[in-house]
Amino acid sequence: MVQARAQGAAEVSVQQEDFDVGAEIARLGEGRRDVGAVASFVGLVRDANDGSGVRAMTLEHYPGMTERALEEIVEQAKARWSLHAVRVIHRHGRLEPADRIVFVGVASAHRGEAFAACEFIMDYLKTQAPFWKCEETPQGARWVDARESDDSAAARWETVPAQAGQGEDWDDIERRR
Amino acid sequence: MTSKVKILYFASLREAVGCAGEELELPAGIATLGALRSHLAARGEGWQALAAGRNVRAALNQKMAAADAALDGGDEVAFFPPVTGG
Repeated sequence: MVQARAQGAAEVSVQQEDFDVGAEIARLGEGRRDVGAVASFVGLVRDANDGSGVRAMTLEHYPGMTERALEEIVEQAKARWSLHAVRVIHRHGRLEPADRIVFVGVASAHRGEAFAACEFIMDYLKTQAPFWKCEETPQGARWVDARESDDSAAARWETVPAQAGQGEDWDDIERRR
Repeated sequence: MTSKVKILYFASLREAVGCAGEELELPAGIATLGALRSHLAARGEGWQALAAGRNVRAALNQKMAAADAALDGGDEVAFFPPVTGG
């Protein structure tokens, strides 16, 4: 966090505008020589969901709480893994199929931590960040229901010991071979 | 000292109750998030979207909170359906 602030880069953004994936990924390793891995996830709007076409969706959120929730998730990830840089961008407003919704990028020394932290942040974001999707379908507008699979995806991290992947990083295991 | 709370409603719940938010003088005996939810649900019609058994989540001062969370004057409360971002 101190590092990111020193570089003048925000860790969390909630915005209507699109983002540049390449630029965001490049920024995660910028100005450092200790980053060995950058993992990222980009979520897009699909043109179909639950058996019906989706023309567009509008993402509503809770200004103020959204930023706090995302910052809290990033802090939790940093407490579990040794991370050099983290970036989370989530869009709101009206989006169409193929539009980007969310970006999560994580820089670390080794890929094990980067992959794990990236997935952790997405899983927690799905259940903790106050966003709601309303889809425009041929049958009219409908609010997307939360999925139980999202809850179980987030819950599985509760059984993963904190700092997993740090001492026994996959790269380290390979190096011993 | 105020005993007013600010209440916000989001997404399908906002549509059901027909407003995005309100300021409410905490009625006597309403001291927790759960009690406030029952009080609001009793307004009838669209407010039944807040009734017990409906899948409603809540936040207190912009943090996810449970039904037993204690309320104070000046608090910001929010009720909403389970989140669906990402």
